[in-house]
Amino acid sequence: MSGALLEVNAISVSFDGFKAINNLSFNINCGELRAIIGPNGAGKTTFMDIITGKTRPDSGDVIWGNKNISLIQKSESEIANLGIGRKFQKPTVFEHQSVMENLIMALKNKRSPWSVLFYKPNASDNNKVISVASGIGLFDYLDKLAGELSHGQKQWLEIGMLLAQEPQLLLVDEPAAGMTFEERKHTAFLLKKLAKSRAVIVVEHDMEFIRSLNCKVTVLHEGSVLAEGTLDHVIKNQTVIDVYLGR
Amino acid sequence: MRSPHSLMDIKIMHRVLRLFVIIILFTTTAKAQPIFQDLVQSHALNIIKGSVKTAPKVIESIQRFGGKPTNKFLLEWQSKNLWSRRSDGLIFLVKSNDKKKYTLFDLETYDIVGIVKKNEIKQIKPNSGVRGLIGTALVSSQLTSNILANRIASLESLTRNPKRTHLEPLRKAILKESDPKVRSKMERLERLLTMQYDTDTVKRIAAIKSFSNDLGLDVRARLNPILETTLHLSQTPPKAGSYARILDINKTDRLTRTEAYDMIVKQGWATANISPKMKRTAIIKHIKNGRVAGFDIKDLNLETNRNLAYSRLTDSGLVSKDVNDTQIQLALNKTFFYEQYIEPSTQVVITAKNSLASIKTKVSISQGIDLFLDGLSLASIFFLAAIGLAITFGVMGVINMAHGEFIMMGAYTGYLIQQYITNYTLSIIIAIPIAFAVTFTAGVLMERLIIRHLYHRPLETLLATFGVSIALQQLAKNIFGTQARPLTSPDWLGGAWAINDVISISWIRVAIFGLSILFFVMLWFTLNKTRLGLETRAVTQNPRMAASMGINPDKINMLTFGLGSGIAGIAGIAIGLFAKVTSELGSDYIVQSFMTVVVGGVGNIWGTLAGAAMIGFLQKSIEWFNPSNTLAAQTFMIIFIIVFIQFRPRGIIALRGRAAGD
Amino acid sequence: MMKSPLMKFLNRNPSVLIFLLILSVFTILITIGSEAFGFGFISTSLVKILGKTLCFCLVAISMDLVWGYCGILSLGHFAFFGLGGYMIGMWLMYERTRLIVLEAGKNAELPMTVQEIQNSIGSQIFGVVGGSEFPIIWTFSNFLWVQLLLIVFIPGLLALIFGWLAFRSRVTGVYLSILTQAMTLALALYLFQNDSGLRGNNGLSGLQNLPGLEDISQSVISMWFFWGSALALGLGYLFVKLIVESKLGNVIRGIRDNEQRMRFLGYNVEIYKLFIFTFTAIIAAIAGALYYPQAGIINPAELAPIASIYLAVWVAIGGRGRIYGAVIGAGVVSLLSSWLTGGQAPNISLGFIELKWVDWWLVLLGISFVLVTLYAPKGIGGLFDKLTKGARK
Repeated sequence: MSGALLEVNAISVSFDGFKAINNLSFNINCGELRAIIGPNGAGKTTFMDIITGKTRPDSGDVIWGNKNISLIQKSESEIANLGIGRKFQKPTVFEHQSVMENLIMALKNKRSPWSVLFYKPNASDNNKVISVASGIGLFDYLDKLAGELSHGQKQWLEIGMLLAQEPQLLLVDEPAAGMTFEERKHTAFLLKKLAKSRAVIVVEHDMEFIRSLNCKVTVLHEGSVLAEGTLDHVIKNQTVIDVYLGR
Repeated sequence: MRSPHSLMDIKIMHRVLRLFVIIILFTTTAKAQPIFQDLVQSHALNIIKGSVKTAPKVIESIQRFGGKPTNKFLLEWQSKNLWSRRSDGLIFLVKSNDKKKYTLFDLETYDIVGIVKKNEIKQIKPNSGVRGLIGTALVSSQLTSNILANRIASLESLTRNPKRTHLEPLRKAILKESDPKVRSKMERLERLLTMQYDTDTVKRIAAIKSFSNDLGLDVRARLNPILETTLHLSQTPPKAGSYARILDINKTDRLTRTEAYDMIVKQGWATANISPKMKRTAIIKHIKNGRVAGFDIKDLNLETNRNLAYSRLTDSGLVSKDVNDTQIQLALNKTFFYEQYIEPSTQVVITAKNSLASIKTKVSISQGIDLFLDGLSLASIFFLAAIGLAITFGVMGVINMAHGEFIMMGAYTGYLIQQYITNYTLSIIIAIPIAFAVTFTAGVLMERLIIRHLYHRPLETLLATFGVSIALQQLAKNIFGTQARPLTSPDWLGGAWAINDVISISWIRVAIFGLSILFFVMLWFTLNKTRLGLETRAVTQNPRMAASMGINPDKINMLTFGLGSGIAGIAGIAIGLFAKVTSELGSDYIVQSFMTVVVGGVGNIWGTLAGAAMIGFLQKSIEWFNPSNTLAAQTFMIIFIIVFIQFRPRGIIALRGRAAGD
Repeated sequence: MMKSPLMKFLNRNPSVLIFLLILSVFTILITIGSEAFGFGFISTSLVKILGKTLCFCLVAISMDLVWGYCGILSLGHFAFFGLGGYMIGMWLMYERTRLIVLEAGKNAELPMTVQEIQNSIGSQIFGVVGGSEFPIIWTFSNFLWVQLLLIVFIPGLLALIFGWLAFRSRVTGVYLSILTQAMTLALALYLFQNDSGLRGNNGLSGLQNLPGLEDISQSVISMWFFWGSALALGLGYLFVKLIVESKLGNVIRGIRDNEQRMRFLGYNVEIYKLFIFTFTAIIAAIAGALYYPQAGIINPAELAPIASIYLAVWVAIGGRGRIYGAVIGAGVVSLLSSWLTGGQAPNISLGFIELKWVDWWLVLLGISFVLVTLYAPKGIGGLFDKLTKGARK
């Protein structure tokens, strides 16, 4: 593997004069697990919004993959189809549809209205759905409405949908929020497992959780990178202590 | 019966009587009834067979008599309402309702003297010269009347329809006029008349020049005839300087090609162009046994066959020859069409042109200002209609489709109050707070009963308020009927504020403008400087946090919604003053109001102001390009807005970033 | 057992079969009762009302697809309905006037030229608005098949352009509703003009007379249109159900529930919305083209924003997100409406005051709409769901 999977070069964006992202640069390689931390307002969410195409930066560039495709002018759906998946903090599954339908929508397939209208699941699609559903423990619930699942099951379903999407890069927003100790351990294990076959960026507050991920950490502050390295390296950095840990 | 003898007798008798009465008149101020008839009879011959020569004396003599009957007599004479009785030669005022009965009236008391048949009387028909003289005499007598009101009235009627003959009496009247206002009006009219009718070119030029800054419509109406031209045509180029302009027949609007060719034909310089219709008639005339010129008539459903048939008819000399297009063009090319000024004096024409040009510049500047004022007034109406909505929709994020019906409720409240309080000023002053109270209550009720349950479900709110809107509209129809109810403005709001002859704006619109400014300031103050405003913004941005700080979001929502609705009520009164109050009053404004809020930018009242200004000015500008068609203006307006939203989806004044939400 | 995909689909969705069966039985009953083909206890005017109601049901289905399934509360679908009516109306009016002109010209001394016929038709049609020239938009009015294509093409194009503008700039929710309402208002205002080329507020009239078929009585023609409307409704129901039950149906429901999430799943939300918006506009236009020949007249007031609002009311009361709900809503509410405002319904006497249905129906409708939104967001269809679920248990 030569070069980074995702390269963010000197992006800036401001809302009504407030600089949410300020000259931020960032790289991630294939198969890498990366944690991003930072206090509230550090620009974590905006950063993810830019990568996934929800927000356009005022300047700078985002380069994707071996073919060096610029993501700046691309729409959310185009970026998603290039292989970037995003998991939200709150589980967002389609509650009025069955688990099966949720997964089939997420499966990597043609996305044009015409092909969707005449879509019929073939054997390989069915196998994929079954294997994903088994992996997330929802095989018995395939015909159930997603709205009838428990909170934890919804989280799993969402992860299952991400897997069905087969992304090369996964953006995960605060996966451990509101979880019990056991659940956190499980989630960390899962993320590490995921990172074996694809790049994963985890945005998190919780230091203990990040420690359990055992990966490279990027600290954001006021829209730029404050420090980067292992967790132990980062928390020794005086500025990091001042702006974040000291509070 | 009708011997000259008896006639003499009567005459003598009348004279004696008249002498007698004159004596009485000098001694008392008693009524002088029969005398006027005598005076008239003394001139009877010249009245019945009047000529321009004899008439002035008669008129003068009658006018010298003075008093009310004089003018009436002259007027009736002029309008051919005087008749003489064949039996005794007495002159009466006659009216008839049908052709059979003719009623005779006394010339002074207007009592009915009798009813006769037509053959018993004879109409007096003064010729136009005499009628003109009478008119002039009437004018000058009216203009120099001792009663101011009479003078003003006659001056007004002159101004409406001035004639050449009025110039002299007017000039005389100016010399006698004592009232400065009337005098200056007379002088203005005198100049207008001088401009057009005076025989002295120098005087006319001076008068024309004096008007070069006057925007009055009357000035332009008098100046334009001076520049009127007549159309002439010739086969040789017209002499330089003898024409106003030569027309290019292919470009001019003054006459079409067909009209131009018809003129040439009239002059005998070319043969007539036969229209398809005329050909058809000609062909029909020559049908024999179902055939014309070798054609079976069933084949004449083709234009080419018809033309061919016609030309065959021409060849056999049965019909006149047609011309083709090239011949027409040739004739047109050979002919010169030019316009000549009717006015013989070049000096006058040039001066009039210059004055008119200078007036036109000033008029267009004034029209620009007038358009601006119109736009401003429309903008303030939109602002008033939309501002309540801007609060509920913009600040609270609640869409209220019944907003228009709240406006209607306000207007009907005003109407109801005027049924009990007839003093319009007082009733409007009372109506404003009551309308506010009524719609405030309605708004709070609606918030409590419906909207409260639907927060964060904007589409459902939209639907439910639609339901309210439908019900309220029909309810209003049931109560007040479909016919429009008037909401009358006080007299001091009647009329218009005329800055000059072009720029004018009705006082109601000025008042609405003032009202919208007042509202804007009050609302801005309420939302930005008061506790309520602060709490409203807190609840809008983070209801949970606000609640934890001791703010009751329920109460704030209720009050804000009430405020927005209450303002709709006041807007209803303002709109009702210039539009008819019907149950559909609100729905006429609802779409525009939403457009105003959306275009301006949701969430702050500056946006509403900007949106209203943009929509108001734009609509007026579009109307200006096509003044006859306000429907088209509205159509284009809406299309413009749809396109505008492409470029500024969040409106003119947008809140950007995460605060604006999704 | 059943091999063709359609059969499989029907097997999986018995409700479609039930619906088609009910519709067929209804059609047969009306035919048996009609004056033209049966015992005649159903008057021609009632047949027309029922035929028009079927068209309303069809447009309600399209509204349900775009609103109930795709989440776009369009307040402009009745504008497409009206446009469809105008498109067919143009041909009907042109052709009928042409036949009248030809008939009148039979006894003329000279047979008419093409130009004379055209001028005569023009002055007959546009005389009311003080014109006689044919506007450009009437270019194809003499070709039935072109006008039939235009029924689909013109409203479809308008929906495509408007939808592209609106969805591209990501106008959603109530903003979009207001924008669609503005579009409807703009179209209605445009048509109200005398120089719109469509006879201003006079609209197009005499549409109930089919050119060349003057000898056939209205009772027969009304049945033809009834059958046509029933067929269109059946096909419309089937097609919409096919869409809703396909993966496309899942995707548009996903868009309705969380369009941002669909974007991150890689779906181009705007294209989908545009597709559904345009498709439903075309269904609405077809419904309109079937409706107005039965109504006999179309004028711009038919396109007023309030009409589209009523459409939303029908679907909401019937229950959105379930196609039979839209049919029930449109059928029940529009029939009730025409019965109660037609003056046949008995008035209610409260002793001191007599309530006329004509006056109070809209008040009642408004209030019930509020109540449905508040307390029964699933509408009448929701009741059905509960009943069937209860039966299953």
